[in-house]
Amino acid sequence: MTDLTDLTVADIRDGFRAGNFSAREVAEAFNSNVAAAKALNAFIVETPEKALDAADAADKAKAAGEPLGALAGVPIGMKDLFCTLGVQTTAASHMLEGFVPTYESTVSGKLWAAGAGMLGKLNLDQFAMGSSNETSYFGNVISPWRRGGGDNAALAPGGSSGGSSAAIAARLCPAATGTDTGGSIRQPAAFTGISGIKPTYGRCSRWGIVAFASSLDQAGPMARTVRDNAILLEVMSGFDPKDSTSLDLPVPQWEANLSSDLRGKKVGVPKEYRPDGLNAEIAALWDRGIEWLKDAGAEVVEVSLPHTQYALPTYYIIAPAEASSNLARYDGVRYGQRDLPDGAGLQDMYAATRAAGFGPEVKRRIMIGTYVLSAGFYDAYYTQAQKVRALIARDFELAFEKCDLLLTPTAPSASFALGEKQADPLAMYLNDVFTVPASLAGLPAMAVPGGLDAAGLPIGLQIIGKALDEQTVLNASLAIEERASFTARPDKWW
Amino acid sequence: MTESTYRIQGATGEWEVVVGLEVHAQVTSNAKLFSGAATAFGAEPNTQVSLVDAAMPGMLPVPNRECIRQAVRTGMAIEAQINKWSRFDRKNYFYADLPQGYQISQLYHPLVGEGQIEIVLDEKNPESSTKTIGIERIHVEQDAGKLMHDQHPTRSYVDLNRSGVALMEIVSKPDMRSPAEAGTYLSKLRTILRYVGSCDGNMDQGSMRADVNVSVRKPGEPFGTRTETKNVNSVRFVMAVVEHEASRQVDVLEAGGTVVQETRLYDPDRNETRSMRSKEDAHDYRYFPDPDLLPLELDDAFLEECRQSLPELPDAKRRRYEQDLGLSAYNAATLTADADTARWFEALLAEGARIQKKSEGEVAKASANWLLSELYGALNRLGKSLEESPVSPEEGAELLALVADGTISGTIAKQVFEIMLETGDKPAKIVDEKGLKQTSDTGAIEAAVDKVLADNAEKVAQYKAGKEALFGFFVGQTMKAMQGKANPQVVNELVRKALG
Repeated sequence: MTDLTDLTVADIRDGFRAGNFSAREVAEAFNSNVAAAKALNAFIVETPEKALDAADAADKAKAAGEPLGALAGVPIGMKDLFCTLGVQTTAASHMLEGFVPTYESTVSGKLWAAGAGMLGKLNLDQFAMGSSNETSYFGNVISPWRRGGGDNAALAPGGSSGGSSAAIAARLCPAATGTDTGGSIRQPAAFTGISGIKPTYGRCSRWGIVAFASSLDQAGPMARTVRDNAILLEVMSGFDPKDSTSLDLPVPQWEANLSSDLRGKKVGVPKEYRPDGLNAEIAALWDRGIEWLKDAGAEVVEVSLPHTQYALPTYYIIAPAEASSNLARYDGVRYGQRDLPDGAGLQDMYAATRAAGFGPEVKRRIMIGTYVLSAGFYDAYYTQAQKVRALIARDFELAFEKCDLLLTPTAPSASFALGEKQADPLAMYLNDVFTVPASLAGLPAMAVPGGLDAAGLPIGLQIIGKALDEQTVLNASLAIEERASFTARPDKWW
Repeated sequence: MTESTYRIQGATGEWEVVVGLEVHAQVTSNAKLFSGAATAFGAEPNTQVSLVDAAMPGMLPVPNRECIRQAVRTGMAIEAQINKWSRFDRKNYFYADLPQGYQISQLYHPLVGEGQIEIVLDEKNPESSTKTIGIERIHVEQDAGKLMHDQHPTRSYVDLNRSGVALMEIVSKPDMRSPAEAGTYLSKLRTILRYVGSCDGNMDQGSMRADVNVSVRKPGEPFGTRTETKNVNSVRFVMAVVEHEASRQVDVLEAGGTVVQETRLYDPDRNETRSMRSKEDAHDYRYFPDPDLLPLELDDAFLEECRQSLPELPDAKRRRYEQDLGLSAYNAATLTADADTARWFEALLAEGARIQKKSEGEVAKASANWLLSELYGALNRLGKSLEESPVSPEEGAELLALVADGTISGTIAKQVFEIMLETGDKPAKIVDEKGLKQTSDTGAIEAAVDKVLADNAEKVAQYKAGKEALFGFFVGQTMKAMQGKANPQVVNELVRKALG
């Protein structure tokens, strides 16, 4: 019998419905993988009983001939940025350690309502700030991947959704939720050889997701196949009156309309994404990607996104500015950590609580954000960044007059060793150079694995689509997936 | 437009006061500005708090349509520009009563732009004492919670019931020049808000409070440095703050000092203002557009609905009372000074016109006089408000109709009214049961007149000798003999006739 944990979401869904196995068998298989993978540190909280409860409910519904949800019988991992009713939600911070929400985020609620079960809350960079998962208060996630040739250096699973990426790559769950503010779904997906899609800003409700940067944050799925991403995204998307920025539009049938036939589609290749010194293996994969899409029937055109070089500095003004304000609520007054030194007044309590509750990267971004919003600097930084953001969005609009989608690398390199870039925040921020522009423009973008580099580590490609055109993004990703035939998986060492 | 002559006499000459008010008015709405939580006053602490109000992780604000509607209607009532595109900004600062760590407000693009309010400084001479006060803007924002320091020896408690309640901040231009102008402006603003129904105007419950900006200058000179006295919660206190703060500033300046731009607090017990924090200690609020909210865009249908739903406003009503109903300027001003009085008066008027089959103009004067003297006098005596009046507008109209058609005299009407207050009975029933109907029966009156003249032969002689003032005495005696029920006109005629 095949190992149930090697199955995709679609396989599990269909096999469960066909009666090939019970939902409980699936949940037990994944629970046991989770329990055996402590070395990866992918989970902050494990909830095997939640997975079993959902599985039993699915089995019971099936036995009774009741209608089954789209994800009946499928256990998943939940990034610990989503508030989950009755289950600790920390955003990987000391600040929220022990915080148990009395409410369920809209997106996680939709997944549970569709029959999915929760295997646990996945580790991440603290408050989703980071690209390597090293900023988690609960210790970094370790990628299941290792370089070949006996190099046992612990590698970064990417970030901030590093628990999600590592868990999927290691078969601890068939799919997981992620959130993406500047690349936090796509970069970890690329580092671990899986797929993940950030939908158009507003597709998924942000209600109940611990906020990092409100104008950029978007939830999305991560899984091993494009089809699995389509299945999950359909469940996660939809208008939510509780989120003013949520889009009041029907959710398309992305899975049913999947097609890798790209005839009639034009693929734009933005020249600015090929800077001098681009990693040769990444560049070579990109060229292969162009050929794959041509092979799928697409026409390839060169396009220009002239403001690309300003995307990263723009992002690192806007995101910290919003974060500095969004994180002001963690003050020790109502919930979460409170540090109250002897004889402390209110200001002392704030200082002590926030000094102890936030890690260095979070503090760095709060300080950057506070600085760029402060009197005298606001126009020079924040206002200017908003103007540049509009220009970046305009770049995409103009490019999409000439093409239907864009093909770029996802990240400038394969995974790096933990600790390697920790000392240099700017080097770390450069990880987001290819993912940030689509975030600033609010566009759908997907990471899909393309192959392995010489060290045996996954590298991936990114498809960026027009606003609301997730279908074309998924279809082009599917065309790459079929041609890349990426079947590599990490050797189990944990 | 009138120029204020209010001046402070200093050692170096006269000083002029310049005042601007920022009024925070709580929007009348069942729910908060960005959450569905209730807004009732006086609820148990922390019982009207949603997850959004407590700023739990991941919670998001959603604008409440009714709050926006009320602010737009208020803007329309002061003839202000309504901005079809506005935006919410975050004002960032840390305080224990501010769960989000920022207040959602509107700095850069307020909902309502420039408008104006007309104030009348002397109700008896409205034409010569009218002044227009400019309004800079109205924006909507969240209120904060409340700290309670008296619940525990070493700790403070936080009540978040008010957290997130919608406020309108109504910012005037520095157009006021005296304590009276500031007080009148605030009263007038409160009247308008109550007419519109966008704020209950209850300053004692904190529904309305004013930040008072005061500066002084020698007449004709540029504006001086201003101070801002926060959260003043009555018209009287606002006037006191202007008076005392202006005097204090004059004293500082005349002693060779400079006025410091600062925030001050008013202490009503000592009737003085005290420094709270200076400009140097001012927060850097780091305003920026709230990324959780889209810009607010209003369509024409919404604006039209807001406009249609506006009631007749006090100035228009006052003019109509004077011009169409023929009331005195003073009565018109008094009756329109608050929406409840005007509502009561108009009900009285409508019912009076209906049962007397007359126009409202024909019954207006008698109705106004009765309401302002008889009814108000009685309510004052009973310590009741108009809403608590034991007599309804319908009953009042019935009473006035009985006077108008000669069924009872004005004197008897006062008696009947007293009985109405006591028993709650209808006037016609009282008149019937107590036999108070006025008589025009000349036979009975003639008999009474004859008896009065016979009993007072000496006075008759005096009258005839030229002491004509005694005429009233004979009328009074006859009325008394008739127990007040005689038609006074008939009595007059018959007395005159009998005296030859």
